[in-house]
Amino acid sequence: MASDDIYILGINMTKFGKHPTLDVLDLASEATLGALSDGGVSIRDIGVIAAGNLSGMGTGLGQDVQKQVGQTGIPVFNVANACATGATALRTVMMALKAGECEIGLAIGAEKLSGAGMLGLAEAPSEDRWVPKGRFGAVAPLDGRIGTAAMPGVFAQVGLEYGHRYGGVSFELFARISAKNHDHSTLNPLAAYTKSMTVEQIMGEPMMAYPNTRAMCSANCDGAAAAVLVTGERLKSMSTEQQKRAVKVAASVLTTDPWEEGCQVLPNINTLTRNAAALAYEQAGVSPEDLDLVELHDCFATAELVHYDNLMLCPEGGAVDFFESGAPTRDGKTPVNVSGGLESKGHPIAATGIANVWEICHHLRGEAGPRQISNAVVGLAHVIGLGSTCGVHILEKSA
Amino acid sequence: MTDAVPLVDYLVLGDDPHLVTYECTSCGAQFFDHRNACASCGGTTFEKARVAKTGTLRTFTIVNFAMPGVPVPFIAGVVDCDGTSVRGNVINVEPHPDHVKTGMKVRLATYSLGKDGDGVEAIGFGFEPVNAA
Repeated sequence: MASDDIYILGINMTKFGKHPTLDVLDLASEATLGALSDGGVSIRDIGVIAAGNLSGMGTGLGQDVQKQVGQTGIPVFNVANACATGATALRTVMMALKAGECEIGLAIGAEKLSGAGMLGLAEAPSEDRWVPKGRFGAVAPLDGRIGTAAMPGVFAQVGLEYGHRYGGVSFELFARISAKNHDHSTLNPLAAYTKSMTVEQIMGEPMMAYPNTRAMCSANCDGAAAAVLVTGERLKSMSTEQQKRAVKVAASVLTTDPWEEGCQVLPNINTLTRNAAALAYEQAGVSPEDLDLVELHDCFATAELVHYDNLMLCPEGGAVDFFESGAPTRDGKTPVNVSGGLESKGHPIAATGIANVWEICHHLRGEAGPRQISNAVVGLAHVIGLGSTCGVHILEKSA
Repeated sequence: MTDAVPLVDYLVLGDDPHLVTYECTSCGAQFFDHRNACASCGGTTFEKARVAKTGTLRTFTIVNFAMPGVPVPFIAGVVDCDGTSVRGNVINVEPHPDHVKTGMKVRLATYSLGKDGDGVEAIGFGFEPVNAA
C-alpha cells in the first residue's frame, strides 16, 4: 500500500427505518462506535471529526457525539451540503488526512426523518395586499404558480427532459427501474423497506409528481453511518487483519454546478455529476467498465436513469438501452444499487453519502452475505445534494 | 395607484404582456432574479432583454402532492423560448399525461390571481398549448 493513499479502516451504518425510541444522537453514536470497533481503534486515536445532520439539532452533531463517545479536544467540522452532506464529511476528513494534519479521522452523518413528509420549504401565505418581495419581486408564493421547487417534481422533470433529448422513456420504464431497486432490497436486512414490488404495484401507488409515484421516491427514514479513515503510512503499522479489511479510497471528488444556460431555472444535475465522474475515474485510474458495483443517488426513479449516463456507465444518450439490457440488475454487467437504493433502503439525508460507501466496502471486503457481488474489487458511490453538490467516491479492495 | 401588478417583476404587463431577463452586457447570460453579478462571467452590468413569447416545452411534471396551500394538480414545466429557458406552469390544458407532451409548442398566457384589499389585481403567467382554443 502506498503511504500517500487514504483508506477506510472501519465503517458502519445503522439499520435504516423507524427508530421511535432513538434520537439522532443515539443513531450517530451507534454508527460511530460501530465504525471505531470495525476499524479496531478508539475515539482516542481520532485526530479530526467531520459530521453532518440537516434535520435540525441546532448545535453541532460532531461535538454532541463527542459528548457521548469521548471528548478529546480535537477539531470538529460540522458540514452541510444537502443530500451530499455525508460525502462532504468524508471529503473533509480526506482533505485533513491528505494535508497531513492527522493520521486517522472520523466522518459521521445522521438523520431522524421518519414521517417527515415531503421535504422543502413552505412559503409564507399571501397577505391581504400584493407586496413584491424577494429576488423576483414576487407578490405571492411561487411554488405551484411558477413551476415547482418540490423534489419529486424537480426530479420528475429531470427524467422527462432526458426522454425529450434521447427518447425511449415512459412511466412504465421508470416504474421498472424502481422495481429493480425494491427487488434488490429484499437481500438487505438494514434497508428501511425489504419488500419486493411489482411494476403494477409501483404504478398503482399514489402519484406524487408524474411520473414519480410514492414507491419511486426516496424513503424518508431514520439512520446514521460513520467511517474511520486512515493514512496509508499509519495503516502500515497496523495489524494484518486491519490491512486486509481496509478499503482504499481511490478517488474522492466533490463538484458544484458550472454556469450553464437554464441551470438556474431547473437544476442541472447532469453536468456536475459528469464532471465529478470524469475526475474520479482519472484520480482512480479506472474506467466505468472496471466497476463491479455502483451505488448511485436514486432519490427518485427518474434520477437513476440519468445517472447511468452521467456516470458514463453507458454511451451518452444510452441510459434506456443500458437499463433494458439488464446491466444494472444485481446479476448484470454493472450492478446498480444492490442495497435497494434510496427508494427502498431509505434516505436519511446526511447519512446517505457514507451509507453508500459502507455498501461498497461491504462487498469489497466480501462481507455482504446473501447479496454479495462475487469477486468485487472496485466500486463507485455517488450522491447529489440539490443546490447543487455532487460527491463521487471510488473504492478499491486492498491488494 | 396602479390597478394591476405582475406576480413577479420579470413579467411586464400592458397590451403586450411578456417576460424580461437581466442580460449580462459582457457575456449575454440571462437571469430572472435580482442580480449581484453574473454567475457566468462575473460581469456587473445588465440590460433588460425581452424573452420570446412562444417556445417548446422541454420537460414537465404533473404535481399531485405539494406543500400546504399550493393547489394541485398543476403542470410544472420548463419552456425553451428561443434559447432562453423559462420555468412556468402549463395552463389551459387538462393536467393529464395524455394532454401534455415534451416538445409541444406553447405560448405565454396571463391570468388573474385576484384582487387585494385595495382592489389591485395581481396577474400571473403560464404557458398554454399553441393549438389550444
